[in-house]
Amino acid sequence: MKQLFALISGLFFGLGLIVSGMSDPAKVLNFLDVFGTWDPSLAFVMGGAIAVTAPGFALITRRLPRPVFGGAFHLPTRNDLDPRLLSGAALFGLGWGLGGFCPGPALTALPMLATGTLVFVPFMLIGMWLARHAGQFPNIFAKGATQ
Amino acid sequence: METEFTPWLSLGGGMMIGASAVLLMATNGRIAGISGLTSRAFARATDGEARGVSALFVLGLLLAAPLWALVSGGWPQQWVPSNPVLMAVAGLLVGFGAVFGNGCTSGHGVCGISRGSMRSIIATVTFMAAAFVTVLVTRHMIGG
Repeated sequence: MKQLFALISGLFFGLGLIVSGMSDPAKVLNFLDVFGTWDPSLAFVMGGAIAVTAPGFALITRRLPRPVFGGAFHLPTRNDLDPRLLSGAALFGLGWGLGGFCPGPALTALPMLATGTLVFVPFMLIGMWLARHAGQFPNIFAKGATQ
Repeated sequence: METEFTPWLSLGGGMMIGASAVLLMATNGRIAGISGLTSRAFARATDGEARGVSALFVLGLLLAAPLWALVSGGWPQQWVPSNPVLMAVAGLLVGFGAVFGNGCTSGHGVCGISRGSMRSIIATVTFMAAAFVTVLVTRHMIGG
Protein backbone atom coordinates (compact mmCIF):
# COMPACT_ATOMS: atom_id res chain seq x y z
CA MET A 1 0.00 0.00 0.00
CA LYS A 2 2.78 2.38 0.96
CA GLN A 3 4.43 1.73 -2.37
CA LEU A 4 1.21 2.25 -4.32
CA PHE A 5 0.63 5.60 -2.63
CA ALA A 6 4.22 6.65 -3.30
CA LEU A 7 3.59 5.99 -6.99
CA ILE A 8 0.29 7.90 -6.93
CA SER A 9 1.93 10.83 -5.09
CA GLY A 10 4.64 11.00 -7.73
CA LEU A 11 2.14 10.85 -10.55
CA PHE A 12 -0.02 13.57 -8.99
CA PHE A 13 3.07 15.71 -8.33
CA GLY A 14 4.07 15.42 -12.00
CA LEU A 15 0.57 16.30 -13.20
CA GLY A 16 0.63 19.33 -10.87
CA LEU A 17 3.92 20.43 -12.42
CA ILE A 18 2.43 20.12 -15.91
CA VAL A 19 -0.85 21.92 -15.09
CA SER A 20 1.01 24.72 -13.30
CA GLY A 21 3.39 25.27 -16.22
CA MET A 22 6.45 24.59 -14.10
CA SER A 23 7.55 21.66 -16.28
CA ASP A 24 8.14 24.20 -19.07
CA PRO A 25 11.59 25.82 -18.72
CA ALA A 26 10.42 28.78 -20.82
CA LYS A 27 7.96 29.70 -18.05
CA VAL A 28 10.53 29.19 -15.30
CA LEU A 29 13.14 31.35 -17.05
CA ASN A 30 10.53 34.06 -17.67
CA PHE A 31 9.55 33.97 -14.00
CA LEU A 32 13.18 34.64 -13.17
CA ASP A 33 13.45 37.40 -15.79
CA VAL A 34 11.88 40.27 -13.84
CA PHE A 35 13.47 42.92 -16.08
CA GLY A 36 12.54 41.21 -19.35
CA THR A 37 9.67 38.98 -20.43
CA TRP A 38 8.47 38.51 -16.83
CA ASP A 39 5.80 35.87 -16.22
CA PRO A 40 4.85 35.88 -12.51
CA SER A 41 2.90 32.58 -12.78
CA LEU A 42 5.34 30.51 -10.75
CA ALA A 43 4.75 32.61 -7.65
CA PHE A 44 1.21 31.21 -7.79
CA VAL A 45 2.55 27.66 -8.02
CA MET A 46 4.55 28.05 -4.84
CA GLY A 47 1.71 29.93 -3.14
CA GLY A 48 -0.83 27.25 -4.06
CA ALA A 49 1.48 24.44 -2.97
CA ILE A 50 2.27 26.01 0.41
CA ALA A 51 -1.40 26.90 0.99
CA VAL A 52 -2.20 23.18 0.88
CA THR A 53 0.99 21.71 2.36
CA ALA A 54 1.28 23.94 5.45
CA PRO A 55 -2.16 23.14 6.94
CA GLY A 56 -1.93 19.56 5.63
CA PHE A 57 1.38 18.84 7.35
CA ALA A 58 0.21 20.53 10.56
CA LEU A 59 -2.95 18.43 10.64
CA ILE A 60 -1.12 15.17 9.91
CA THR A 61 1.64 15.56 12.45
CA ARG A 62 -0.82 16.72 15.11
CA ARG A 63 -3.58 14.16 14.52
CA LEU A 64 -1.69 11.06 13.39
CA PRO A 65 0.66 9.26 15.77
CA ARG A 66 2.31 7.65 12.73
CA PRO A 67 1.77 7.47 8.96
CA VAL A 68 -1.41 5.70 7.83
CA PHE A 69 0.44 2.57 6.71
CA GLY A 70 2.78 2.40 9.70
CA GLY A 71 6.41 3.34 10.17
CA ALA A 72 7.42 6.78 11.39
CA PHE A 73 7.43 10.36 10.16
CA HIS A 74 10.83 11.19 8.67
CA LEU A 75 11.13 14.90 9.39
CA PRO A 76 14.32 16.95 9.27
CA THR A 77 15.28 18.13 12.74
CA ARG A 78 18.24 20.39 12.05
CA ASN A 79 17.82 24.12 12.51
CA ASP A 80 21.41 25.34 12.25
CA LEU A 81 22.75 27.14 9.20
CA ASP A 82 25.90 25.69 7.70
CA PRO A 83 28.09 26.48 4.67
CA ARG A 84 26.83 23.35 2.90
CA LEU A 85 23.23 24.57 2.95
CA LEU A 86 24.12 28.00 1.62
CA SER A 87 26.68 26.93 -1.00
CA GLY A 88 24.46 24.08 -2.16
CA ALA A 89 21.46 26.40 -2.52
CA ALA A 90 23.53 28.99 -4.39
CA LEU A 91 24.90 26.41 -6.87
CA PHE A 92 21.43 24.96 -7.30
CA GLY A 93 20.00 28.44 -8.05
CA LEU A 94 22.76 29.08 -10.58
CA GLY A 95 21.96 25.86 -12.44
CA TRP A 96 18.22 26.51 -12.20
CA GLY A 97 18.68 29.96 -13.75
CA LEU A 98 20.84 28.53 -16.56
CA GLY A 99 18.65 25.61 -17.61
CA GLY A 100 15.19 26.50 -16.33
CA PHE A 101 14.87 23.02 -14.84
CA CYS A 102 14.87 21.91 -11.22
CA PRO A 103 14.76 18.14 -10.47
CA GLY A 104 10.97 17.54 -10.49
CA PRO A 105 10.20 19.28 -13.78
CA ALA A 106 13.29 17.77 -15.45
CA LEU A 107 12.14 14.23 -14.59
CA THR A 108 8.55 15.04 -15.57
CA ALA A 109 9.69 16.41 -18.93
CA LEU A 110 12.10 13.50 -19.59
CA PRO A 111 9.60 11.29 -21.51
CA MET A 112 9.06 14.16 -23.97
CA LEU A 113 12.67 13.55 -25.06
CA ALA A 114 13.73 17.13 -25.83
CA THR A 115 17.48 17.27 -26.52
CA GLY A 116 18.12 19.68 -23.65
CA THR A 117 16.28 17.44 -21.18
CA LEU A 118 18.12 14.33 -22.38
CA VAL A 119 21.40 16.09 -21.61
CA PHE A 120 20.24 17.73 -18.37
CA VAL A 121 18.91 14.67 -16.53
CA PRO A 122 22.01 12.39 -16.72
CA PHE A 123 24.25 15.27 -15.65
CA MET A 124 21.84 16.06 -12.80
CA LEU A 125 22.13 12.45 -11.61
CA ILE A 126 25.95 12.67 -11.83
CA GLY A 127 25.80 15.89 -9.81
CA MET A 128 23.66 14.18 -7.16
CA TRP A 129 26.10 11.28 -7.00
CA LEU A 130 29.02 13.67 -6.59
CA ALA A 131 27.24 15.53 -3.78
CA ARG A 132 26.44 12.28 -1.97
CA HIS A 133 30.08 11.31 -2.11
CA ALA A 134 31.47 14.79 -1.56
CA GLY A 135 32.66 13.83 1.92
CA GLN A 136 34.93 11.22 0.37
CA PHE A 137 36.78 13.78 -1.74
CA PRO A 138 37.30 16.55 0.82
CA ASN A 139 40.19 18.06 -1.12
CA ILE A 140 38.24 18.56 -4.30
CA PHE A 141 34.79 19.54 -3.08
CA ALA A 142 33.84 22.17 -0.51
CA LYS A 143 36.14 22.14 2.46
CA GLY A 144 34.52 21.52 5.80
CA ALA A 145 31.90 19.20 4.38
CA THR A 146 30.78 16.72 6.99
CA GLN A 147 28.94 13.65 5.93
CA MET B 1 10.36 34.32 -25.68
CA GLU B 2 7.13 35.44 -24.01
CA THR B 3 4.93 33.04 -22.09
CA GLU B 4 1.33 33.57 -21.11
CA PHE B 5 0.56 34.59 -17.50
CA THR B 6 -1.53 31.73 -16.09
CA PRO B 7 -2.41 32.58 -12.47
CA TRP B 8 -5.34 30.15 -12.11
CA LEU B 9 -3.73 27.13 -13.76
CA SER B 10 -0.53 27.79 -11.82
CA LEU B 11 -2.42 28.12 -8.55
CA GLY B 12 -4.37 24.92 -9.28
CA GLY B 13 -1.24 23.02 -10.31
CA GLY B 14 0.52 24.30 -7.20
CA MET B 15 -2.34 23.01 -5.05
CA MET B 16 -2.01 19.60 -6.74
CA ILE B 17 1.69 19.61 -5.85
CA GLY B 18 0.76 20.47 -2.27
CA ALA B 19 -1.85 17.69 -2.17
CA SER B 20 0.77 15.23 -3.41
CA ALA B 21 3.17 16.31 -0.64
CA VAL B 22 0.42 15.88 1.97
CA LEU B 23 -0.52 12.46 0.57
CA LEU B 24 3.08 11.22 0.68
CA MET B 25 3.49 12.49 4.25
CA ALA B 26 0.21 10.91 5.41
CA THR B 27 0.85 7.52 3.80
CA ASN B 28 4.64 7.21 3.91
CA GLY B 29 5.74 9.79 6.47
CA ARG B 30 8.19 11.28 3.99
CA ILE B 31 8.92 14.78 2.68
CA ALA B 32 8.13 15.15 -1.02
CA GLY B 33 11.55 16.55 -1.84
CA ILE B 34 12.38 15.51 -5.37
CA SER B 35 16.15 15.83 -5.12
CA GLY B 36 16.22 13.74 -1.94
CA LEU B 37 13.86 11.10 -3.32
CA THR B 38 15.73 10.89 -6.63
CA SER B 39 19.10 10.72 -4.94
CA ARG B 40 17.86 8.00 -2.56
CA ALA B 41 16.27 6.02 -5.39
CA PHE B 42 19.77 5.54 -6.81
CA ALA B 43 21.83 5.39 -3.62
CA ARG B 44 23.12 1.96 -2.67
CA ALA B 45 23.49 2.97 0.96
CA THR B 46 19.78 3.69 1.44
CA ASP B 47 17.71 1.04 3.22
CA GLY B 48 15.44 -1.05 1.04
CA GLU B 49 12.09 0.49 1.96
CA ALA B 50 13.18 4.11 1.55
CA ARG B 51 14.77 3.22 -1.74
CA GLY B 52 11.67 1.44 -3.05
CA VAL B 53 9.32 4.23 -2.03
CA SER B 54 11.64 6.83 -3.56
CA ALA B 55 11.96 4.88 -6.81
CA LEU B 56 8.17 4.52 -7.09
CA PHE B 57 7.63 8.23 -6.50
CA VAL B 58 10.14 8.99 -9.27
CA LEU B 59 8.40 6.45 -11.53
CA GLY B 60 5.13 8.29 -10.88
CA LEU B 61 6.76 11.57 -11.96
CA LEU B 62 8.01 9.93 -15.15
CA LEU B 63 4.52 8.59 -15.95
CA ALA B 64 2.77 11.98 -15.59
CA ALA B 65 3.54 13.40 -19.05
CA PRO B 66 2.72 10.14 -20.92
CA LEU B 67 -0.58 9.93 -19.02
CA TRP B 68 -1.27 13.57 -19.90
CA ALA B 69 -0.53 12.84 -23.56
CA LEU B 70 -2.76 9.76 -23.51
CA VAL B 71 -5.72 11.67 -22.07
CA SER B 72 -5.37 15.00 -23.89
CA GLY B 73 -3.95 13.68 -27.15
CA GLY B 74 -0.76 15.77 -27.07
CA TRP B 75 2.34 16.50 -24.99
CA PRO B 76 2.24 19.47 -22.62
CA GLN B 77 3.61 22.68 -24.09
CA GLN B 78 7.32 23.20 -23.46
CA TRP B 79 10.42 24.92 -24.72
CA VAL B 80 13.74 23.55 -23.46
CA PRO B 81 17.11 25.26 -23.97
CA SER B 82 18.91 23.11 -26.54
CA ASN B 83 22.57 24.08 -26.07
CA PRO B 84 24.01 20.78 -24.80
CA VAL B 85 26.99 22.32 -23.00
CA LEU B 86 24.73 24.77 -21.16
CA MET B 87 22.30 22.00 -20.19
CA ALA B 88 25.11 19.70 -19.03
CA VAL B 89 26.53 22.41 -16.76
CA ALA B 90 23.03 23.34 -15.55
CA GLY B 91 22.20 19.71 -14.79
CA LEU B 92 25.43 19.15 -12.92
CA LEU B 93 24.92 22.29 -10.80
CA VAL B 94 21.25 21.54 -10.07
CA GLY B 95 21.94 17.93 -9.06
CA PHE B 96 25.03 18.71 -7.01
CA GLY B 97 23.63 21.86 -5.39
CA ALA B 98 20.29 20.32 -4.46
CA VAL B 99 21.76 17.26 -2.74
CA PHE B 100 24.68 19.19 -1.21
CA GLY B 101 22.24 21.80 0.18
CA ASN B 102 19.76 19.13 1.34
CA GLY B 103 16.90 20.17 -0.90
CA CYS B 104 15.50 21.85 -3.97
CA THR B 105 12.38 23.80 -4.93
CA SER B 106 10.08 21.10 -3.54
CA GLY B 107 11.93 19.99 -0.40
CA HIS B 108 12.96 23.45 0.79
CA GLY B 109 10.64 25.72 -1.22
CA VAL B 110 7.37 23.90 -0.59
CA CYS B 111 7.70 21.33 2.21
CA GLY B 112 10.35 23.12 4.30
CA ILE B 113 8.64 26.51 4.19
CA SER B 114 5.33 24.80 5.02
CA ARG B 115 6.94 23.39 8.17
CA GLY B 116 8.32 26.81 9.05
CA SER B 117 11.92 25.53 8.82
CA MET B 118 14.42 28.37 9.08
CA ARG B 119 16.99 26.37 7.10
CA SER B 120 14.53 25.94 4.26
CA ILE B 121 13.50 29.59 4.24
CA ILE B 122 17.15 30.67 4.04
CA ALA B 123 17.90 28.05 1.36
CA THR B 124 14.90 29.14 -0.72
CA VAL B 125 15.83 32.83 -0.52
CA THR B 126 19.41 31.88 -1.49
CA PHE B 127 18.57 29.76 -4.55
CA MET B 128 15.90 32.21 -5.72
CA ALA B 129 18.37 35.09 -5.48
CA ALA B 130 21.06 33.07 -7.30
CA ALA B 131 18.60 32.13 -10.05
CA PHE B 132 17.31 35.70 -10.51
CA VAL B 133 20.88 37.01 -10.76
CA THR B 134 21.84 34.23 -13.21
CA VAL B 135 18.97 35.11 -15.57
CA LEU B 136 19.71 38.83 -15.19
CA VAL B 137 23.31 38.22 -16.23
CA THR B 138 22.67 35.73 -19.04
CA ARG B 139 19.74 37.59 -20.60
CA HIS B 140 20.61 41.23 -20.00
CA MET B 141 24.36 41.52 -19.52
CA ILE B 142 25.97 39.02 -21.87
CA GLY B 143 23.65 39.69 -24.72
CA GLY B 144 21.20 36.79 -24.20
